[in-house]
Amino acid sequence: MNVTSSVREPLINGGKTWADITNDICRQVEGKPSKSWIIAFVISVLLLGVGVFCVMYTWFVGIGVWGLNKTVGWAWDITNFVWWVGIGHAGTLISAILLLFRQKWRTSINRAAEAMTIFAVLCAASFILLHMGRPWLGHWTLPLGNTYGSLWVNFYSPLVWDVFAISTYLTVSVVFWYIGLIPDLATIRDRATNKTSRLIYGIMSFGWNGAAKDWSRFEAVSLVLAGLSTPLVLSVHTIVSFDFATSIVPGWHTTIFPPYFVAGAIFSGFAMVLTLMLITRKVFKMEDYITLAHVESMNKVITLTGSIVGVAYITEFFIAWYSGVEYESYAFINRATGPYWWSYLTMMVCNVVSPQLFWIRSIRRSILATFILSIIVNIGMWFERFVIIVTSLHRDYVPSSWAYFSPTWFDIGDYANSFGLFFTLFLLFSKFLPVINMAEVKAILKSSGDVQTGQAEGKTTVSSDKSISSH
Amino acid sequence: MSAPNVIINQSEKGIVRAMSKQNQTIYWRGYEELTNDLEFVKNSEEEFNLPSDEEKSSFSDRRDFLKTLGFSVAAVSLAACEAPVKHAIPFLNKPEEYDPGISNYYASTFFSGGDYSSILVKTREGRPIKIEGNKLSSVSGGGTSVKTQASVLGLYDNNRFKNPKKGSSNIDWAALDTEVKQGLEASKANGKTTFLISGSNISPSSNAAIAAFASSYGNVKYVQYDSYSAHGLLEASKDVSGNRVIPGYDFSKAKVVVSFGADFLGSWLSSTEYSRQFAKTRRVSPSNKEMSRLFVFESLMSITGANADYRTNIRPSEKGLVVASLYNEVAALLGTAPINTSPKSNRYIKQAAEQLVAHKGAGLVVDGSNDKNLQKLVLQLNQLLGNFGKTVSFANPALIKRGNDTDFNQFVDSLNGGQVGAVLFLDSNPVYDHPRGAEIKAGLSKADLSLSFAYAPDETAASSKFIAPNHYFLEAWGDAEPKKGHFSLIQPTISPIYKTRQAEESLLIWAGDKTTYYDFVKGYWKSNMYPKQQFGYGSFKDFWNYSLHDGVFEVNGVNPRQVGATSGDSTIVAATIPTVSIPEPAISFNLAGVEAEISELYKANATGYELVVYEKVGMGSGSQANNPWLQEFPDPVTRACWENYLLIPVSLAKELELKVTEGKTILVNLKAAGKTITIPALVQPGQNSGTVGLAIGYGRTETGKTGKDVGANAYPFIKSVNGNLQYSISGVSVEKNGGDHLVAHVQTHHTVMGRPVIQETTLDKYAKNAADGRYLPKITTVNGEEPASNFSLWFDNDLEASTNEMAKGPNKRPNHQWSMVVDLNTCFGCGACVIACQSENNVPVVGKQEVLNRREMHWIRIDRYYSSDMTKEKAKKETVGLIDMYDAMEIASDDPEVVFQPLMCQHCNNAPCETVCPVLATTHSSEGLNQMTYNRCIGTRYCANNCPYKVRRFNWFSYPENSKFDYNVNNNLGKMVLNPDVTVRARGVMEKCSMCIQRIQEGKLYAKKEGRRPADGEINTACAQACPTEAITFGDMSDKNSKLYKLLAEHKDGRAYTLLEEINTRPSVVYLTKIRNKA
Repeated sequence: MNVTSSVREPLINGGKTWADITNDICRQVEGKPSKSWIIAFVISVLLLGVGVFCVMYTWFVGIGVWGLNKTVGWAWDITNFVWWVGIGHAGTLISAILLLFRQKWRTSINRAAEAMTIFAVLCAASFILLHMGRPWLGHWTLPLGNTYGSLWVNFYSPLVWDVFAISTYLTVSVVFWYIGLIPDLATIRDRATNKTSRLIYGIMSFGWNGAAKDWSRFEAVSLVLAGLSTPLVLSVHTIVSFDFATSIVPGWHTTIFPPYFVAGAIFSGFAMVLTLMLITRKVFKMEDYITLAHVESMNKVITLTGSIVGVAYITEFFIAWYSGVEYESYAFINRATGPYWWSYLTMMVCNVVSPQLFWIRSIRRSILATFILSIIVNIGMWFERFVIIVTSLHRDYVPSSWAYFSPTWFDIGDYANSFGLFFTLFLLFSKFLPVINMAEVKAILKSSGDVQTGQAEGKTTVSSDKSISSH
Repeated sequence: MSAPNVIINQSEKGIVRAMSKQNQTIYWRGYEELTNDLEFVKNSEEEFNLPSDEEKSSFSDRRDFLKTLGFSVAAVSLAACEAPVKHAIPFLNKPEEYDPGISNYYASTFFSGGDYSSILVKTREGRPIKIEGNKLSSVSGGGTSVKTQASVLGLYDNNRFKNPKKGSSNIDWAALDTEVKQGLEASKANGKTTFLISGSNISPSSNAAIAAFASSYGNVKYVQYDSYSAHGLLEASKDVSGNRVIPGYDFSKAKVVVSFGADFLGSWLSSTEYSRQFAKTRRVSPSNKEMSRLFVFESLMSITGANADYRTNIRPSEKGLVVASLYNEVAALLGTAPINTSPKSNRYIKQAAEQLVAHKGAGLVVDGSNDKNLQKLVLQLNQLLGNFGKTVSFANPALIKRGNDTDFNQFVDSLNGGQVGAVLFLDSNPVYDHPRGAEIKAGLSKADLSLSFAYAPDETAASSKFIAPNHYFLEAWGDAEPKKGHFSLIQPTISPIYKTRQAEESLLIWAGDKTTYYDFVKGYWKSNMYPKQQFGYGSFKDFWNYSLHDGVFEVNGVNPRQVGATSGDSTIVAATIPTVSIPEPAISFNLAGVEAEISELYKANATGYELVVYEKVGMGSGSQANNPWLQEFPDPVTRACWENYLLIPVSLAKELELKVTEGKTILVNLKAAGKTITIPALVQPGQNSGTVGLAIGYGRTETGKTGKDVGANAYPFIKSVNGNLQYSISGVSVEKNGGDHLVAHVQTHHTVMGRPVIQETTLDKYAKNAADGRYLPKITTVNGEEPASNFSLWFDNDLEASTNEMAKGPNKRPNHQWSMVVDLNTCFGCGACVIACQSENNVPVVGKQEVLNRREMHWIRIDRYYSSDMTKEKAKKETVGLIDMYDAMEIASDDPEVVFQPLMCQHCNNAPCETVCPVLATTHSSEGLNQMTYNRCIGTRYCANNCPYKVRRFNWFSYPENSKFDYNVNNNLGKMVLNPDVTVRARGVMEKCSMCIQRIQEGKLYAKKEGRRPADGEINTACAQACPTEAITFGDMSDKNSKLYKLLAEHKDGRAYTLLEEINTRPSVVYLTKIRNKA
């Protein structure tokens, strides 16, 4: 019962029926893991193993094993943190904002994007802990009761705001993601052929029985959570940007940071979603669900946010000159022409130039080009944070303290750890949970204005308002 | 609980007791008591029926059970974990003067290689932990040097000799005495000479003990030498005045100073004393707009050159001619006969001559060379200018250098000739620190007896047959006479840690004298010093006790205590101390031969490279090379540490295509005097283009782990000319080796980039406008331009509490407002404050690799900036683009002006670090201090990032517990130097200057106990205390009578500025502009 429109590309290809959808998506969960999954999983776990060694070593010996120094107090640690948080933005944006905007194409990717969000935020959180000199006291950043009475966190500190923002974001994301999983978990439970699966998925699906009342409550909750998440998309990276914007370091102290960081976050988040989805689509044979139309829509968002970021870079330069503040103007000249010119150049090419290629339709719709560019964008966004953090710090006010930062193996190893963690979690997720939201995809199988394939050749309008309004 | 309450309570109790006596109603405990039942009476004392003994043995009661349980749990858990063993030695009898937690100060003396300071040794719980300057000395006047400050650590050197030794095996003192005596007797019997070699020995008692030793054997020759010789000056003085002494210089009376390579603010002779004197002439204020003028002609860039008003770099080989040309210029102006040498005039020679003549009697010319002829010429020049008796004096000579190159050469010759029967090395290490060291090492095997008194391993001890380890000076008795008639005492501040013995005592024992050295010193003072005293001490006991207490006795000085005060068992009788003016001894000049020798030795048009062997301010002769504080002490000029390097001029760097970035440099082969070494090169702006420089004090081969094989030994390059050691060698070649090398720097960016971090002006401009050179940031508002400091995010009371406002009016801090003023004009950059702070605040040593990683931990640093040829004005005039301008600004000028700036935590009143800490580990105190709560710190380093001054230091590792940092705090002995008042910071926490909060608290508590407010000057920070020039003033800004307040009030509209005023952090540290006395 595939339906299509003459003006709008179908959201799902391949003439799928509802049963096809269930079978296609559950296949991965119910079957034995594929060879490619096992290989990927082994690599991820090995990477995680190396990473865990590096992290443990860092933890036991001290963060002196990194390349930081008296002048550059943050480098890869906070770069990685901001980068992962940024990546974590796509999921919520897709599931909340696009939901509110009724973008139906989101249903094929929202599950994986949300999972990615959670894992990315976990990776980010790991860097919050790891970058501390005494991570075992990390809980002191929480306003916990204590016997000292007046000992409290510093509400002036953007790091405390970060703690609140990230933990709220993580909580809401996890809840939103899990609530969305319940109908699908019930489907798997119902299809389960062995007791263990039935028991586990049964517990996980909270006794979902598909009744109208269940659906009604489900949709109400989803809407409420979407409403809750929407401001978070904007607030989290705004607050992360406050870490820099509220400081006095030239190159950090910039009012443009909040919107520019949010745009950058969506930019990198979408790129990461694309990287993952293009692989998932191939490995799990989901080409019919994640179509070129999806890729193209994502690329359009990337072009938009990439352009916003580019404008922000140029605005920063203008303001540095226009403000007449010597330290700030030097900070920006130094960024572009100083010892770290190469990182600035990398950032500009990757973030400003490369997404502009998506103006070309053939590139926008090319899987290979998109895959490569999505990685380039994430490299660029990593360098953006590196440029902001390191080039601003390494030459600030007093020239006697100017210094150069170079990473050590442990900087790299601890970064690798987050990749290991991320991919291990993502692979576990893709094996044990449906990567595509079956319930929602079924709902968009046929959209308003669509006609059934083969029937409506040449017809421009056929009313078909029976489509299930999913929310 | 306050006292009145106690009284009331006691009286209440009394009332209660009285009442219960009045109502003596008897209550029965039961019917049995009333009836006096037998069973009851028997058990009436016990409340319960207790089990019989038999019953007791059969079961254990509840208490026993709990006891057993508790014990076994404790035993098991104790056995399960290895409890750390802590050694604590209780006092059976508490010494009278000792209280735990209270510091005791003992006056003593530091002397090493010409560096003299009268000191106070701070001891805690019986351990010396810190050296402070003794203000009662008119020589050092409370100032200290880097080496002085670091010397306390030498006591706790883990590598010290723990026993007397024969070869490499330990022996006991009795056995050593027998063998050494035999050896000495044999030397005498064989008709050979016994040599006693020492560094300059300024101790009268020690010299007397040596004389006693020498006379008892009769064949003893006592030879003194200096690792950095002043033989030339001593011989010149001898020719001129008849006495082989260093002339007494008084820089404080000099209005014009001309120095020819004499680094009198750094390493030349008594530089602590000279810095102090010189600083007096550099203190400029609205009420004193006069300042001395310093001309320096030198080859390398020394601290003195860096502080010069006019500096010229000259070739070492032309120096004699430059001095002669100054002489001739002066002679021409004065109308006296010139000397006949080939003319070699130089930039600023004419100005210097004019200035000297204009300030006759208030000028001073000094020369740092070891050339007798040149020194003679310089002395005559001073004579010509009428400076004798004013700025130069033979009536008040310095006695800190006594080495004789000629005698020492004779010793080496006779050692090699096999005429030496025995040789004893006291406080000397010539195998290492003399150019003929290798010969001495070889020759020592020819001597029948060789013995070193070294307290720690050194090259000479390693080549000697016996080691009779001396006490460290903090364990010893002794005295010193750095200047004629200025005596100071050395007293032990701890009992000897190891089985060491005072060298002089050993000598006395071998001479058959059983007097302890303490008695010897005391006896010497009784017969020699006591008769000279004019203070009215009634008995020697008083004289001795007070001299020991004060540390100094100055024959013509002023009694430090009020004469007439009662003391001990006799009253000091008021004595009129006559103001003694010692007449200048007759001096006679005979320049015969001087012209000819200068003409022969110095050439005007030399080519090729010349090597200058120089002494570093921190490392000195290398005798303290195993001291990690000194190894990590960054050289004030190069800002590099942990090794020596070949200083090369900018022109040579261009030739070698060398650009040093982040300490990365190349290795070069230095060929000189037939020797070749491979050494890293470092570019030194301002260095003469034909000169390369190499520091002594490195390349030790026999010392502890810290100092061993660090850098290269420069001593072998020193050349002997006519028995004089010459520290410049011509015919040197420098070639690329091909290898790369990393030199650890604490500062790798050398220019100030035109930023108002340094604000400076010249004296003329200052005289017209006190605020000249100041940067006054303004912000444009609708009402016009307003000072940037008028704007704040913060509440008004904070605004008013800030520094600038403070100088103008009363502040809002309830109690104190601690603050500091740093005078950039009297800070010469010596760095004594850096080590004083390290010692006071338990700052860890991190080692070369960590300095390379830019993670040194010093809480105070002295930034050094070179001027650049590019300035903003120049860029504007020549329309240079911004990018090009900044590029050019990064490059130091080839002949730069230099400025030093001590930078510690600025204790901002609007501290950027405080707002960003998530856990409130760094907060502001009600006394204006920015304080770190180490316990609370979780180590996000956000504060360090947000500190515009970059003064915060992070503990990247656990330095005391990580074997990679095997310096003093990693062994039990080295840990004893730690100040118990200051936390040893854990890994992962941020630390920084606390303005010595422990000293502030201590001072406040003392005052509180006495029911008063702390007096001004009672509390002082370690850096301010150590500073020989008093460039740092610490005090309470809310005390209007404080020196600090007055200083600020005087300079508030003039020289006073805070760093980065435009970002409105409102620091508590105020700088005074740098002023140069130049046209």
